[in-house]
Amino acid sequence: MLNSIHPPGGDPANAGARSSWFKYASPQTFYPLAGSLAPWFAWAAAILMLGGLYVGFFVAPTDQQQGESYRIIFIHVPAAWMSMFLYVVMAFWAGIGLAFNTRLSGMMASAIAPTGALFTFLALWTGSLWGKPTWGTWWVWDARLTSELILLFLYFGFIALQAAIDDPRRADRAGAVLALVGVVNIPIIYFSVQWWNTLHQGASVSLTRAPTMAATMLTGMLLMALAFWMYSIAATLLRVRSVILERERRADWIGQYVERPA
Amino acid sequence: MTWGSLNDFLVMGGYALYVWGSYGMAAVLAVAEIMALRARRRRAMDELRRARSAPDGSMR
Repeated sequence: MLNSIHPPGGDPANAGARSSWFKYASPQTFYPLAGSLAPWFAWAAAILMLGGLYVGFFVAPTDQQQGESYRIIFIHVPAAWMSMFLYVVMAFWAGIGLAFNTRLSGMMASAIAPTGALFTFLALWTGSLWGKPTWGTWWVWDARLTSELILLFLYFGFIALQAAIDDPRRADRAGAVLALVGVVNIPIIYFSVQWWNTLHQGASVSLTRAPTMAATMLTGMLLMALAFWMYSIAATLLRVRSVILERERRADWIGQYVERPA
Repeated sequence: MTWGSLNDFLVMGGYALYVWGSYGMAAVLAVAEIMALRARRRRAMDELRRARSAPDGSMR
């Protein structure tokens, strides 16, 4: 093992650079940092969401084809983006934890999973409510919907697997393997509308094509996407603090953060 | 402005069930997650306090 040969922190020649790089990788320094950052992200989420709802309901016009039912887009598309993005971030942290055996990485992965599952469920739920008036059905087994449902099961599987293993470090490793294998589902979701003949429409927003929807609709959607992003960061930071409290119970440093009962 | 009255807004052009069902679920999930986050923190803090106040300093 490398650790038995080299002192912790790695090669002494670049120990300075490494220690600053890894400073916030320790639960001890990250716990207070997460606590002071979370309210900022929560406020940003609230303000962006108010802006997004205002634009979505009072500025964006009625759609010519779909009438008012299209307003589901301001939740549906951002939620679907977050469901995929959070999975990639979760798998990234899980993979880092697996490769470098860093404790905080595994904690981040488990802190992201519930919020990722929430947005996946929301994308499916709103999609169903949008499908009924536009397609005439709550659900079809087309490639986009099915792969998004598999994403929900991957999140549930990750959470259940971690909960089933008592030793947190082993739970992290098992979860990481599942999360990394599941990453293959993300491009399948994303490209499903091109690869297969799906009832679900193609991408609403593209970086290479001119926007196909009214600018105000796009603005509302992007504001909501930013809001969901900020919300996810705030929720993850708050959850990772609880995970740290749960896992670092025996560490000396944590004594200073024990609060009196309210 | 698209809406002539509050009632217009609530009716949502006949799509009230679908639109409000979507936004309602989003609100319910957000509130539920925030409550779950608070409960988890409270539980972790209780557990921590219990472990740290063991008389012989023994911690599980």
